[in-house]
Amino acid sequence: MSKNVLVLADIRDGELRNVTLESLAAATRVADGGAVTAAVFGSKGKETVEKLSHHGADKVVLVPNPKLDQYTTDAYFQTFKQVIEKVSPEVILTGHTAVGRDVSPRIAARLGLGLVSDCTEVERKEGKIVFTRPIYAGKAFVKKAVREGTVFATLRPNNIPALEADTSRSAVVEELEVEFAEDSIRTLVKEVVRKASEGVDLSEARVVVSGGRGVKSAEGFQPLEELAGVLGGAVGASRGACDADYCDYSLQIGQTGKVVTPDLYIACGISGAIQHLAGMSNSKVIVAINKDPEANIFNVADYGIVGDLFEVVPMLTEEFKKVLVENK
Amino acid sequence: MNILVCLKQTFDTEERIVIEDGQISEDGVEFVINPYDEYAVEEAIRLRDEHGGEVTVITVGPERAEQALRTAMAMGADKGIIVDDEDLENADEYSIAKVLAAVIEDLDYDIILGGYMAVDDGSAQVGPRLAELLEIPHISTITKLTIDGETVEVEKDVEGDVEYIQSKLPILVTAQQGLNDPRYPSLPGIMKAKKKPLERLDIDDLDLDEDELEGKTETLEVFLPPEKEAGRILEGELEDQVKELVDLLRNEAKVI
Repeated sequence: MSKNVLVLADIRDGELRNVTLESLAAATRVADGGAVTAAVFGSKGKETVEKLSHHGADKVVLVPNPKLDQYTTDAYFQTFKQVIEKVSPEVILTGHTAVGRDVSPRIAARLGLGLVSDCTEVERKEGKIVFTRPIYAGKAFVKKAVREGTVFATLRPNNIPALEADTSRSAVVEELEVEFAEDSIRTLVKEVVRKASEGVDLSEARVVVSGGRGVKSAEGFQPLEELAGVLGGAVGASRGACDADYCDYSLQIGQTGKVVTPDLYIACGISGAIQHLAGMSNSKVIVAINKDPEANIFNVADYGIVGDLFEVVPMLTEEFKKVLVENK
Repeated sequence: MNILVCLKQTFDTEERIVIEDGQISEDGVEFVINPYDEYAVEEAIRLRDEHGGEVTVITVGPERAEQALRTAMAMGADKGIIVDDEDLENADEYSIAKVLAAVIEDLDYDIILGGYMAVDDGSAQVGPRLAELLEIPHISTITKLTIDGETVEVEKDVEGDVEYIQSKLPILVTAQQGLNDPRYPSLPGIMKAKKKPLERLDIDDLDLDEDELEGKTETLEVFLPPEKEAGRILEGELEDQVKELVDLLRNEAKVI
């Protein structure tokens, strides 16, 4: 049975995030011929219409109020709620990101809906929409469905592949005016400090170069950053490295910290404690570099090099540089 | 200042997961306060020590979850409330938030804290849901909290970036890693905690309709990820290993 699906677009630094295109792919899958609508908030929304339509949106609802340029829970909540009332979707999807996981539970609570968060797969099965999601940070998985009524889910970045762009598609565009009552936005964002590394977000990075206690100091992360730079990836860390103050907690990967699923995960000087493995073992390809041949990380690695990371990582950076230049 | 902390008892993060009869086995498992909730407990105690008042820790769970409340009280929380979840068979985030809201509606509070997610289900829903049911604002994933009179200042982690946000009490905030270093309970703290008041509630004690207790989602299957086979340890001169690795990543794994 066809279903109307609403996708909340996620914009970061004025750019549409990949997870929105992935959500459109999921939406197309479950719509079964129904309409896929994307909702875009903020004054830059218009610039995203083409990309959204090429990747599966049949309709785009723009809410160009500049008060939505900076995310606040209350402004997004009010707007999202009005869009839902207007579109009357049977399925609602957002990214499981700072935006999606903040506003979706509030919307679900207000509308009395179930919400399946942080899904890595979605399928149609016997008339039901079934989501797969990790629990215990990926040590196990569950398949979940919403019992009845509107289906609402947030999707983990990097898991459901986006559709190939189809440039022949164009979406119907509608604008919706939303006004905010005075005092209805109860939080004030005074300042935003960008700390995320070079614009490559850890949770969306295709390559993650990660350091553990073996990195030995904050300076020890330098060669890892260089390698990540060459590969267009992001730098991560184990709890050991964060606890030892070698890096910021925002880089921590594990059951506490972030869970990542890049195409390539390079673990440098990481022993492989079970709580770290939970955060990265679903990466597509894992490389381990460690002095200790008995290190647990080698049990999950596809390829391992036993050696000193301070020797191996710079050599690896040089080799990648060479090969990547040759192939340009 | 009346401070409430919602917490959950979870598996220790070093535990392996075993599935028995389609369920996750709790046999021999060590339980802890969900690490993100532990930050919330620590922050609540610091707020109380600075501003005065009382810290109440609240949980919904089986009998064993009482231990998590005792640990929080040993850290310094003043009292605890546990809602027995025996009659909550098909609970999900929808129903847990309803239960917590029903408990909290009868309490005086200035601020509510919790972890931004639990390390077991990891859904990150209950905090924002609860704030909505109580009709108060929330700020999630905070790494710093300052309260001056009615004014609340926080630093919020936004996937690596930091937002400096101002708001007002009453508010609900959820803790991100980096908020503080939770203390270990001291021996005198553990002794004192045994005598601190702990209220035990049943679902029947709360003003809730039957249909609010039934979750809106259902779990169809629980399974373990495919076991990963150990891969190849490269051999030979380091220089050759590096060349081989790059070649394998490009031509065998095809990820570069």
